Formats: sequence, structure tokens, C-alpha cells
Amino acid sequence: MTAEPSGVLTGIHYLDGDFACGEGAMAAGCRFVAGYPITPSTEVVERIGRRFPMMGGIFIQMEDELASMAAIVGAAWTGTKTMTVTSGPGFSLMMENIGLAAMMEVPCVVVNVQRGGPSTGLPTMVGQADVMQARWGSHGDYPIIALCPQSPQEAFDLTVEAFNLAETWRTPVLLLMDECVGHMTEKVVIPPASEIRVVNRRLTDKKPEAYRPYEPDERGVPEFARVGDGYRFHATGLTHDERGYPIMTAECQARTVRRLVDKVRKNADRIVRFEEQDVEGADVVVLAYGITARVARAAIDMARAQGVKVGFLRLVVLWPFPEAKIRELAARIRAFVVPEINLGQLVLEVERCAGGQARTCGVPHAGGGVHDPEEICRVILEAAQ
Amino acid sequence: MSTEPAPRSTEEQHPITPYVRMDRMPHIWCPTCGIGTVVKCYVQALVEEKLDLDKVAVVSGIGCTGRVAGYVKLDSFHTTHGRAIPFATGLKLCRPELLVTVFSGDGDLVGIGGNHFIHAARRNQDVLVILVNNFIYGMTGGQNAPTTPLGAKSSTMFFGNFERPFSLPHLAASSGATYVARWTSLHIRRLTRSIREAVRRKGFRFIEVVAPCSTLYARLNKLGTGYDLMKFYHDFSEIRNDADTSELDIEFQSRIVCGRFVDKERPTYKESMDAHYEKILGSRYVPMKPEGGWIP
Repeated sequence: MTAEPSGVLTGIHYLDGDFACGEGAMAAGCRFVAGYPITPSTEVVERIGRRFPMMGGIFIQMEDELASMAAIVGAAWTGTKTMTVTSGPGFSLMMENIGLAAMMEVPCVVVNVQRGGPSTGLPTMVGQADVMQARWGSHGDYPIIALCPQSPQEAFDLTVEAFNLAETWRTPVLLLMDECVGHMTEKVVIPPASEIRVVNRRLTDKKPEAYRPYEPDERGVPEFARVGDGYRFHATGLTHDERGYPIMTAECQARTVRRLVDKVRKNADRIVRFEEQDVEGADVVVLAYGITARVARAAIDMARAQGVKVGFLRLVVLWPFPEAKIRELAARIRAFVVPEINLGQLVLEVERCAGGQARTCGVPHAGGGVHDPEEICRVILEAAQ
Repeated sequence: MSTEPAPRSTEEQHPITPYVRMDRMPHIWCPTCGIGTVVKCYVQALVEEKLDLDKVAVVSGIGCTGRVAGYVKLDSFHTTHGRAIPFATGLKLCRPELLVTVFSGDGDLVGIGGNHFIHAARRNQDVLVILVNNFIYGMTGGQNAPTTPLGAKSSTMFFGNFERPFSLPHLAASSGATYVARWTSLHIRRLTRSIREAVRRKGFRFIEVVAPCSTLYARLNKLGTGYDLMKFYHDFSEIRNDADTSELDIEFQSRIVCGRFVDKERPTYKESMDAHYEKILGSRYVPMKPEGGWIP
């Protein structure tokens, strides 16, 4: 591998999803990664750890995932783009400081290469059961953005996008990979640096006397000041006012937490991303994400061969959830079919948004493998009745 | 008798006023709490060292001492319980030109944060750690701490503590800290001098400051007023620089050995990393810039 200061390994490569994710981080300008070894995610940091010394980046293996997450939040205050990488058990430990990042409004990226759970579960085998934990895992109300790649190519593309979203909205962004995508090797095209869209957080140009660290702009996002630039600001995980000072009142709580949540909720249409295929005139729409989206395609082909009008909605962004799209589809289709490698998580959101207008049929899988397409096909056929 | 008119009354500021967030006063600390004194010594040390205060960051965890970050007029971060050291580690590595101080309590840094403490010392991360030890969890109401002396009462050990406490200088020194000292909040000149000295050093520098919690620790243990505690420090602290750190245990209401116990040089984490990569990679190695990893 040749060292290139920009970090972009332009070319056509054969990479697994973990390596592609690492390349995406470097292409996005990430220069600090802290992590703790955990299967099946470790290859991401192994890749980065080997390339960072040639591009001014630091990878540090911390003592645990609590420390890894805390380190990237601290480092992000220098303006450096930061990331950590883990899987289920480590993701649980990171929840504490994911909450801190959300509350302090610190841009950072957390990659979870999902494996089977709960607890130690299936360390080397696939799962998609951290979808609700990704949304609600830390305590309190907070915003979150989560992206879900279906291929190594997307692991690269969406890692870049995860950094762009984190920088835009000043919030932690999750990349919810799964073991299959993480360990699958495919062609990955990395474009020249000039063709990769990279976003940086909005730095304040106010003078220190006039700067208020949590004064929101028109999008609800405060301007960023770097530590060490003379602003002498304060940031806290406590409920705080626009000065960043702790204020222990219900009024300040409402103002702070509502703005935090609204940052993503009210801008959801700018963040939500999905791909749709043949939904016009469909009786049944299959909704899937990650590796399961690829299995679902085979099932859709089988069902079509039997004459069912099936559409496909693949979620690229899981959180915020595409509520408006589901409502719109629910009004004109018979049923949703939602295969996922868990015992029913995102299907609950689909059911909530469908609001009884269309049936919602889950296709659960406990993990350790992917669905049999015939099983998904069977549910599609039932749903079309 | 002088015929000069009496000087007009002037309003003198406390010397550290420019360096604390006066718009946040009054602070939350109890009367006779020792933390404010330690903050004063810290700020004074920075000023006496003529540091560029724009290049100083303070990171605190949770608890009474965790509130220090909120009162100093510096770039300051009030983080999660126990995680001040790893937060500071990331911050310092990504802007190496800064002086990064972790200011927190005993429960925060060696209770819930104990693992981070020993690993940061082992790696010799370039942070100055000031730990205020009041022997108890103050903010939450006087619960047992990993520093509560044997036999001392706490709200969760009503019949007295039977867990052996940590000797913090020994823990820090044996984990690899390059500067280790202990003072009490009575030793304001020595503490200030020690902070100044530590600021000039690099690596994992650790200063323990024993400080009174008259609201909880003293009340639960019937130790009297703040004055009584200061008098106790006066009578029972013993300065023994370079003492063997294995002999620094603190027993209930007994001798407190103070002093500077370790002052040595060892490459910091970043120095070791830079030297290693330069050796292996030569000119291909690109170190983190002093002003950080920000790419405009």
C-alpha cells in the first residue's frame, strides 16, 4: 500500500467490508481512531493502524470500549475527525459515552459490525439484533443517525457519508454493519480524492467574547470552536444553556433536549435515505437492510416468478426511520414483508408507521446465518393473499 | 498625624478572579470543603508559570471535584463518571501542544475509573492528574470509596469500612507514573510549588491532595469542624520527600505522609510512538501535528 497524504487509496480493489470501512474513514479525513479488539470488527482498526502512521493519524488500542469511546469524544474537540469500531458487547459499553457525544454535540463515528447476541452470543457469526439498541441504547432522549451498508462498496461509501453526517449535524453517527458484510470480499472502487464529497463541521468565526458554544444556527446546530483556539469554553454532559453552563431546571431541560432531538427529527428528510424498486403498483413491499437486503432480492425474484407484484424498499439509513415513506406506501399496498436477522425489531417501526393501513409481516431469524430466500418468499406469497 | 485624606475605598479582586467563571458563583461546594483551595493552587501555579492559558485544557469526571472543570475559565470539559482520563488522552493526542489537566476525585479516578488510571500511567500519557481525595463519595451522600480508611464510617458502611483502601501514590508509582506527590489542602504553598513542578514535567504526573469533606466524612465520623480537620492535617501530616511509596498507606485519623515521591523521566506514549515509527518507517512517518489532526 502506498502512502498518500490525503488518505485516499484511489483505485479498484478487492476488499472485505471491514477493510473498506477503514478506507472510507481515512478518505473522509478521519485521523484518530481508538478501539478495543473484538470479533468481527477488528480488521477495520488493523487496516487503519497500518496506514495511519503514514498520514498523520493516530490509532490507539485502549483498555476497553468505555475508554475507546471516551477518547474519541475528547479527541473530536480538537477538530480531528474521530472513530471507534466494535461489535455487540463493546457497543453496549460504548453507550455511556455515545450519550455524552450526543449531549455535548460532538461529531464522531461509531462502527458496530453486528454479530449474534445477546451477551457473548455468536462472536464470529452474523446478527442484526442491535438495531433498537442503536436507536435507544444510551439513557435519555437523544438524536441518533445510523447507516447500514449491504456490501463492501457501501461500507466504503457509507463510512464517508457517516463522517459527513456527523460533521453536518454535530452528533454521533453509527455505521451498523453486520458480520457478513464485514467479512465478505468484493470489488470496491475508490474514486480520486477530488470526487469524494467530504464535509467539515462549521467552525465559528465569532470572537471569543461573543461566542456561545451552544447557540444554535438556523438548522439547530451550534457552531464549533476547537479546544486550544482561545475560546476558553465549557462543555458538560449536564443539562446546559447556550453558554454551556449547567442549569438544573425543567425549562432548560426542555429547551436543550428538544433542540437535540429536533436537530435530527426536523431535518429527517435531509438525512433519510433508501432505495426503492418496483413499488409502483406493488401489492407487497419487502423492506430490508444490510446483508438481508441481498437475500431478499432472491426471494423477490422467486415470488415474481409466481406472479406476485412485489416491490422492494432497501433502507440505507435506518435512523432516522423513513416514517413518511412507510405511511405513503401503506396507503396503497396490501402488506409489508420485513426480513431481518433478529426476532422482530425494525418491523415494529414499519408496523407503527403503517398504522393498520397495510399488513406487516416479519420474517425473523435468530442469527448465526442469513435467511433462506424460500422462507422469505413463502411469507411474501402469504402476504399477497 | 498624617494630613493626607484617607484613601478612597477600593474594591480588590481575589487574585484568581480573572481565571474562574465568576458568572457561575456561588459554587456548589460546602463551606470548609477543600476543593476550592486546590483550584486556587492550580490556577496560581499556571499563572506563576506564565503559561498561555489558551493552550490549557481541564477535564473532569463526575462528583464534587468533577465540578472543577465548570469553574475554571479555560477550555474545560465535564465528562462522564470515571472517563476523564481516556477523554483527556484522546484530546491530548490530537492536539499535542496543549497542557491537559485531569482534575477529579478519588471515587471517579480510582473507583469507577481505576482501569483507565493504571493504563494511562502504564502508557505514560502526557496528562497531569490532580486527584482530590476526601475519602468518601461526597456528591451522592457519603458512600464508601476505594480510599475510605479501614474503620472509617461511610453511609454504606455504617459500622465502619472493612475494605482495604488504595494507597494512591503507590498505585500511581507502580503503574508507571513519572511524577507522584501527595499533599493536603493545608499545604497551599507546597501544593502550588508541586503543581508548578509537575507542569514543567511531561508524562503521567499524579498529585493526590487530601482534602476535608466536613459535611459527610467528618460528620459521619464525628471529626468536628473544618477547622478541626485542618488542625488534624497540621498535626498529623509528615513531609517525607522520596519516601518509599509502599509505606504511604493512610489509616483512620492517623499520620498522612506527604511529599514528592517520584520524579523521573520516561518517554511519553507519543514520544515512544514517534521514535518507534521514525525508526521503522523513516521519512515515511507523518506524526500528528502539534496543532492537531484538523484537516481544513
